[in-house]
Amino acid sequence: MKNNNKFRLDVWGFITLMVILLYIVFMIYPMAYLIRQSVYDVETGTFTLQFFQKFFSKSYYFDTLFNSFKISIAATLLSLVLGTPLAYLFAIYKIKGKSLLSVLIIVASMSAPFIGAYSWILLLGRSGVVTTFLKGLGIIIPDIYGFGGIVLVMTLQLFPLVFLYVRGALKNIDNSLIEAAGNLGCSGLKCFFKVVIPLVMPTLLAAALLVFMRAFADFGTPMLIGEGYRTFPVILYTEFINEVGGNDGFAAAIAVIAIVITTIVFLVQKYISNKKSFSLNALHPMEEKEPKGIVKVLVYIFSYLLVGIAVLPQCYVMYTSFKSTEGKIFVPGYSLESYVTAFGKLGKSIQNTIIIPLIALVVIVLLAILIAYLVVRRRNMLTNVVDILSMIPYIVPGTVLGIALLIGFNKPPLLISGTMLIMVIALVIRRLPYTIRSSVAILQQIPMSIEEAAISLGATKMKSFFKITVPMMTAGIVSGAILSWVTMISELSTAIILYTGQTKTLTIAVYTEVIRGNYGTAAALSTILTVLTVLSLLAFNKINGGKDLSL
Amino acid sequence: MSGISIKNVVKKYGDNVVIPDLSVEIEEGELFTLLGPSGCGKTTLLRMIAGFNSIEGGDIYFNEERINDKDPSKRNIGMVFQNYAIFPHLSVRDNVAFGLKNRKLDKQTIQEKTDEYLDLMQIMEYADRMPSQLSGGQQQRIALARALVITPDVLLMDEPLSNLDAKLRLEMRTVIRHTQKNVGITTVYVTHDQEEAMAISDKIAVMKDGVIQHVGKPKDIYQRPKNVFVATFIGRTNIIPAKICDGNLVFAGGYQENLEALRGQKDQEVLCSIRPEEFIICQENEDGIRGIVKEYTYLGLHTHYFIELEGGENVEIIEESSLDEKLTEGQEVVLKIKKEKINVFDQSGDTNLVRGEAYEK
Repeated sequence: MKNNNKFRLDVWGFITLMVILLYIVFMIYPMAYLIRQSVYDVETGTFTLQFFQKFFSKSYYFDTLFNSFKISIAATLLSLVLGTPLAYLFAIYKIKGKSLLSVLIIVASMSAPFIGAYSWILLLGRSGVVTTFLKGLGIIIPDIYGFGGIVLVMTLQLFPLVFLYVRGALKNIDNSLIEAAGNLGCSGLKCFFKVVIPLVMPTLLAAALLVFMRAFADFGTPMLIGEGYRTFPVILYTEFINEVGGNDGFAAAIAVIAIVITTIVFLVQKYISNKKSFSLNALHPMEEKEPKGIVKVLVYIFSYLLVGIAVLPQCYVMYTSFKSTEGKIFVPGYSLESYVTAFGKLGKSIQNTIIIPLIALVVIVLLAILIAYLVVRRRNMLTNVVDILSMIPYIVPGTVLGIALLIGFNKPPLLISGTMLIMVIALVIRRLPYTIRSSVAILQQIPMSIEEAAISLGATKMKSFFKITVPMMTAGIVSGAILSWVTMISELSTAIILYTGQTKTLTIAVYTEVIRGNYGTAAALSTILTVLTVLSLLAFNKINGGKDLSL
Repeated sequence: MSGISIKNVVKKYGDNVVIPDLSVEIEEGELFTLLGPSGCGKTTLLRMIAGFNSIEGGDIYFNEERINDKDPSKRNIGMVFQNYAIFPHLSVRDNVAFGLKNRKLDKQTIQEKTDEYLDLMQIMEYADRMPSQLSGGQQQRIALARALVITPDVLLMDEPLSNLDAKLRLEMRTVIRHTQKNVGITTVYVTHDQEEAMAISDKIAVMKDGVIQHVGKPKDIYQRPKNVFVATFIGRTNIIPAKICDGNLVFAGGYQENLEALRGQKDQEVLCSIRPEEFIICQENEDGIRGIVKEYTYLGLHTHYFIELEGGENVEIIEESSLDEKLTEGQEVVLKIKKEKINVFDQSGDTNLVRGEAYEK
């Protein structure tokens, strides 16, 4: 290996500095400013802990912490309990329609969570279809609102992530391990718990962290379906919105607490998973068998039912989008009225939904490639700094980042709040770590000698990078980019803080229509969003050539 | 084309010295092999010549030109990598033409030169295919063509055959040897396979711990290794302690041999390196080193014997198989040695006492 542990100011050195500068201006500065606001008394201009005091002294605020923890832990556990067996069944059994089911699971996971929430209200809410139907039969079912509803929606939204992670890990378990276990008298369920689960434990931990973080930071779901049940992001959002123009110290304090909590969770997970890490590599992946008898029935019921419930909200929203409406109420009969209204209200939001993520995507791909290269091929002190900086957004909830950007950039010289630029920056910061991680994985697969070959044949460093390395990374990067794209077009929690009339996106449009009770229009808008998502995923499949997706 | 002079080079990773102080001359047009166990610094040295490793001390010259600080892309080197490093997204032709395009030659010349080397390496028929469709041997040929087409001053090869199966390795060995001779290019070749090194090289440098132990022609290294490490690393050998008394070599059981080369050496304890084929198994009533046959393996052309000597050492002996196998396990035998072939080292193993001045040129 080349001895380049020292920083040198060549082309790559310059890029390192530029990347660090970008991070300092657009991430460190607003976050630092946010932290300052949380301990800064505007009237006296002195240090104060009054905002933290206020939070911890009133159970109205303080309880939201417990609520969030309860919800996140419940959703994480349930996601693991549902996602892991499904992935295992998919790995060991031949199931008819498996590829369709896989696609549906991905679609379910890729949609905006609050659309699920809103759809479940339509189904199981006070005047929901199922509720009314059952009431007609004399059956009263428990309330969907509050804790149960939030956990239901989040679990159905997030178990696909566990499924995808575990399915990937199971592909790396060599069949001989299972056979060896069977040979030693450990098979069936026992093998699942004694051999398979421990083998995929590192993956389970990684998936659990991701699910926990998402559940903890999710703003839309509890906002819609929580009613009295207030969670952390909700209170953060409402406090911030109420304080706009005035003193943002309290919201800043809540944001700081949120970051502290996610950081602790992140570090604990890292600590545990570092102790449990090992690598697997399968020469012969597990073989799929035909399930028999009662097992077959159970396997089919479990997989189809679970996937069915997961995509039910999407389907029901699509269905209602074609129902006739009168004012805000659905009436019998079908029409395209909702779409007509929707297109009337869209304004620039379709355009924004395309343009903002697209610009962000270009920036993300460019930065991710450069940063991945620095981190993998130019290990030194400064690139380590870049590595660490790039991982910070993992632990910053979307709402917090939105607030930090907004209060950091709402006065000169960096007056960019309310512009499209700030929306782009937010998306870039939030999505960059994922793309960097996948780019790093791709780059690590490319042997260094390929570049050295190019250099020894007379190519400059930059030329060998752009002519050899980048083209070799392309396939992986493009598929990663599409996934980023899909998550970006359905992003809500940051956008809800940063948007203005001019930069409203489809997700925000759906959200505001739901809040206003215009369910028909909301359904039409979210159907458009779903179609966009499905089209993107089809493109992903085409480019990725049937390989697995990683998040 | 250039000769390469390496003068007192030093390689360090942090405080870890990999190559303390290494000097060697590589002559124009020769195939020079760096041979040694893994971790001996051979690849490190090769990559210093290529410019992919920094040089912490000393100088490397191509002819008269010092190249220490020259960018790798300007050194005009052809390099063949262990994994071939074929660009997977370029066709075979584009792979070969890559270096020429960087040299900004006109299209016509690029086309002609590329064709010439595709022909030379017999891969013309695959010119428009993608590398992933080709076998290891064919990829190897692309790598060679790509390295040679730029008419480099020096060709560097880093374990180029280690990824091939045994049969292909023999075939490509010949291809490399012939191509190198035809083109007449100064070549530095790195391998850990001593048989490969013997077969292919004009000269071999045996390395250990960043130090060159012995530079010489294959025959010289095999027959008169400079120290015990080289003797054991190249081919197989048995190391047996003995004594020099009045210029005679005396073994543990009292058996003596008179070696001309040892005349004048002071009396001392020594280590003898006797290769398996340098023993002769004799009848029991003759004078020699006594031993017991522990095991033998019949391999057709040869038979291998494992014999425990009276001094307690176990030795391996190879003899041409005879029609009637007279030896059985547990049988006592007497061994003589082909005294003009064996090597005798001083107690430390660093000096070969029978290696005359003639070998040092």
